[in-house]
Amino acid sequence: MHFSLLSVLAQALRGQRGWAPHWRDADPRDAYDVVIVGGGGHGLATAYYLAKEHGITDVAVLERSHVGSGNVGRNTTIVRSNYGLPGNIPFYERSMKLWEGLEQDINYNAMVSQRGVLNLYHSDGQRDAYARRGNAMRLAGVDAELLDRDGVRAMVPFIDFDNARFPVKGGLLQRRGGTVRHDAVAWGYARAADARGVDIVQNCAVTGIRREGGRVVGVETSRGPIRAKKIALSVAGSSSLVAAMAGLRLPIESHVLQAFVSEGVKPLIDCVMTFGAGHFYISQSDKGGLVFGGDIDGYNSYAQRGNLATIEDVMESGMALWPALGRLRLLRHWGGIMDMSMDGSPIIDRTGIDGLYLNAGWCYGGFKATPAAGFCFAHLVARDEAHPDAAAFRLDRFATGHLIDEKGVGAQPNLH
Amino acid sequence: MRIRCPYCGERDNGEFSYRGDAAPRIAGGDAATPEALHDAVYLRDNPAGPIDELWFHAAGCRAWLVVTRDTRTHAIASVAPARAVARARQTGDAP
Ligand SMILES: Cc1cc2nc3c(=O)[nH]c(=O)nc-3n(C[C@H](O)[C@H](O)[C@H](O)COP(=O)(O)OP(=O)(O)OC[C@H]3O[C@@H](n4cnc5c(N)ncnc54)[C@H](O)[C@@H]3O)c2cc1C
Ligand SMILES: [Zn+2]
Repeated sequence: MHFSLLSVLAQALRGQRGWAPHWRDADPRDAYDVVIVGGGGHGLATAYYLAKEHGITDVAVLERSHVGSGNVGRNTTIVRSNYGLPGNIPFYERSMKLWEGLEQDINYNAMVSQRGVLNLYHSDGQRDAYARRGNAMRLAGVDAELLDRDGVRAMVPFIDFDNARFPVKGGLLQRRGGTVRHDAVAWGYARAADARGVDIVQNCAVTGIRREGGRVVGVETSRGPIRAKKIALSVAGSSSLVAAMAGLRLPIESHVLQAFVSEGVKPLIDCVMTFGAGHFYISQSDKGGLVFGGDIDGYNSYAQRGNLATIEDVMESGMALWPALGRLRLLRHWGGIMDMSMDGSPIIDRTGIDGLYLNAGWCYGGFKATPAAGFCFAHLVARDEAHPDAAAFRLDRFATGHLIDEKGVGAQPNLH
Repeated sequence: MRIRCPYCGERDNGEFSYRGDAAPRIAGGDAATPEALHDAVYLRDNPAGPIDELWFHAAGCRAWLVVTRDTRTHAIASVAPARAVARARQTGDAP
């Protein structure tokens, strides 16, 4: 089924009764060329690009629950490519370019909205750091604008510019950044991969990884064993658990990150805004709810729910920046499990076990990476060599000292 | 989540800051191999279940504590002063 103005109008005339499921709910077969573990955004995108870019279609995506149940359906939907380090910049910019063409490519409305991402600064030192980051971005061909106070006032006049402790001095703006409807990304990639012959198998938990003579030969699952020539792990917060099935220990801790949505209100804010004096970011969904979040809770967790201390901290940061928020009621909040790496940057690499590949360590920023992670991971799995844009995301960088630490805080995952 | 500090009693987790898994130890001390250092600094078991971890009562008595907590439920099984845990490790006694 192709989506077009015509198909939408035709459905309207038929009372919306002609829609069919967007992809097959496949049963697992005995064997595949490639098995992808994890049906989140990354796993589904990897399957799609394996088929589209490399012609590899004998592929299954095995998802323990249903598509969209993990972080891809829990994030705050922000996409941007405003990174400062050489290993990160080309990768995130590839992702931004893929977002820009995604909806046409997969014929699916993912509501890509380049509404701008505005990072506020509150001190001279912070302005210097943002100027440097913006310059690094521009040198690499990424858009960045350093705004002064008046520039920020023109965009978000309603925030507290003269807060006694955290006066707003300006901001770094990436206009091409914005938001993307997270669920639609999962569904769109699932549909596009399925259309190219990929099996998307839900309610199929991988419980073991089978090896013979140093190479992987298949997986054990809750729906029986499946043979595979190659296995690609893309399980986000569960990375350490699944890697342990192959005897690997990873430079990763799992942490919970919470997000919040207010009651729906009329348009208040038309960009994504981040507070620079605490961790707080906010945007408004098309339904009108303000979507916001802040720091991870800060301790290892597989609980998918957080604690009150962090909620308090997020609300206080929000109130310091935008006091009017205090008039709104909180509608819902939830948590997701982050694969926090030791330097805050991801891993897309081989594992030292033949046929076993790893995509992990996305911390709280892997949604924006979804297209490029799928693209580069598919390249690695298909060709056994790193894609140049993801070449820095090596598993052995912690041993060789080539860390990619944007924040410069060291091997302390809860500070990244 | 509330942590029962042995000195201050049950306190909100916002009063504590977190260091992480209490298990990593640099095998060989000053003479440690690069592999042993890499292991202790970067690699983690990251279990889904009980874990011994280091918490610091920053807004309280400023003691380091070893908390045994289930990462799936946040349920805390025990809290002991890190000092006592370290001593017990040296002597082989239970803390
Ligand atoms: C509250 C919150 C806010 C966030 N905000 C942003 C943001 O604004 N911008 C941004 O860029 N990023 C954000 N992130 C991070 C981003 O969501 C993640 O980094 C990204 O979604 C991870 O990739 P994924 O989509 O493949 O993960 P997931 O959707 O979690 O996919 C992993 C899948 O693996 C499955 N799985 C696990 N174990 C097994 C197994 N044994 N067998 C089979 N399947 C298994 C899981 O069920 C899951 O569906 C946020 C995350 C959270 C929780
Ligand atoms: Zn105390």
